[in-house]
Amino acid sequence: MNPAWSVILFTTAAGAGYGLLVIVALYSLSGDAAAQGPLALVALALAGLLVTGGLLSSTFHLGHPERAWRALTQWRSAWLSREGVLALLCYMPALVWAAGLARGTAPGPGWPLATAALALATVHATSMIYASLKTVDAWHRGGVPLNYQLLALASGAVAWLALRQWHGIADARDAAVTIGVVVAAAIAKHRYWRRIDRAVPTSSLATATGLGGHGTVSVLFWPHTEDNYLLKEMRYVIARRHAAKLRRMASVLAFIVPAGAALASVALGDAVGSLLLGLALPSLVAGLVVERWLFFAEAKHVVANYYGR
Amino acid sequence: MTMLPPRTERSLGLVIDLDTCVGCHACATSCKEWNDAGHSAPLTDTDPYGATPDGVWFNRVHAYEVQTPTGSRTVNFPRSCLHCERAPCVTVCPTGASFKRATDGIVLVDADKCIGCKLCSWACPYGAREYDPDVGVMKKCTLCVDRLYNGNLPEASRVPACVAACPTGARSFGDLGDPASGVSRLVQERGGFDLMPEQGCAPVNKYLPPRQPVTPAPARLERKAGNVESALLRWIDRLLT
Repeated sequence: MNPAWSVILFTTAAGAGYGLLVIVALYSLSGDAAAQGPLALVALALAGLLVTGGLLSSTFHLGHPERAWRALTQWRSAWLSREGVLALLCYMPALVWAAGLARGTAPGPGWPLATAALALATVHATSMIYASLKTVDAWHRGGVPLNYQLLALASGAVAWLALRQWHGIADARDAAVTIGVVVAAAIAKHRYWRRIDRAVPTSSLATATGLGGHGTVSVLFWPHTEDNYLLKEMRYVIARRHAAKLRRMASVLAFIVPAGAALASVALGDAVGSLLLGLALPSLVAGLVVERWLFFAEAKHVVANYYGR
Repeated sequence: MTMLPPRTERSLGLVIDLDTCVGCHACATSCKEWNDAGHSAPLTDTDPYGATPDGVWFNRVHAYEVQTPTGSRTVNFPRSCLHCERAPCVTVCPTGASFKRATDGIVLVDADKCIGCKLCSWACPYGAREYDPDVGVMKKCTLCVDRLYNGNLPEASRVPACVAACPTGARSFGDLGDPASGVSRLVQERGGFDLMPEQGCAPVNKYLPPRQPVTPAPARLERKAGNVESALLRWIDRLLT
């Protein structure tokens, strides 16, 4: 599938924003003091920027962005619509929670809890846009929603750890939480990669033409000489050896560097830890962009069969 | 509304005979010609006279080779929207622009509601939907809905343009929901099949398989032993090679 930059930006940025909301909400619910104070407000503002920026960027690839509101209407059947509705709903408890923090009054555990639940639901809806498509084998699998959730949580956890570190309140427990989520995300992603490598395609040129029972089918001519919409949008499949290299790059940037920085921040103290986590954030962003780009570029659409690809 | 109708009164669709299709592209060009002024007009072309022409087509004719133990054959293969009973392009549409009509089963796009997110084209396994970058909306086969019910056309012309244009009668149109209809009987007699049934879309359009080739009896060649003429020809042949 053709990796559209607006969608890569949206899923990674909004994912990080929702992950951050969930992590801060969990800290708040666990009674953490910093999660009740101004630092939580900073985190909520950052999450709001990431989510809003991501949502806006997701409208850039539309043919008619001015009609984007219509996408909120078909939540009964369409995951894309559910995602939009949940994303808007999530703003409500998050804003009440943020307003409470800004006024310095305790907003009550209901608001962070509702924010976390809606954030998780929104990320789930995003992942189901892809996981519900039977036409793309690499996407139509149970591992996809788990991957999206864990990657969102991992990016949120690293951002929250960095904020705490810069605030001078990060401790070994914070680093352990972050490392735990990042390692879980890494394991899930590697499992996904292993599985898509072994997967047997659902459809083939034989079933696409229905001629498999007559003999071995091969393409004689295309209907057209130049690439059409289908080929530009859905034939994009990256060579396997490039994919392997990019997977290693994503693993180092998105998993190894942030987990290593979290570990080192505990061992090496505040000044070095702050610097390392400051470097881990851009590394994580770059790693997730590579991972998300691969998510599209490695996915083959069944329609490519008609063209013998 | 992008919920699928639980059932449709009729299931209008096409039956495409892969045995008689000669791959002339008349269905594709007549489709383009009619629909460029029809329900989903225009079918924009980009760079039509340049080095990389591209454009929206509702019907594309592929050609495949099928290798069998007794030899190979060419199968021409027109590909267009199958107006599926469980059309995934309809249910993924976030805006309600995509819909399947409860009266006749035709799958259409409301161009005024489409936001051009392209998700329907991702959901369709048959490549039936194409994006028009000039208008910013998705386009697809309308089954020539603007011919079927068009009182300005003579009765005989109220069929899809591709069916009217086919010179070999490889395309038939009718109600596939009615077991007594001509198209249903054709499917029954010739063993019509679904494309990619494993995708679970329950396509309405059916394809008829190529018939088994009739092998002609080998011609009898009389051997004329000692034929002077053939000996001379063999000698010339040896000389020249």
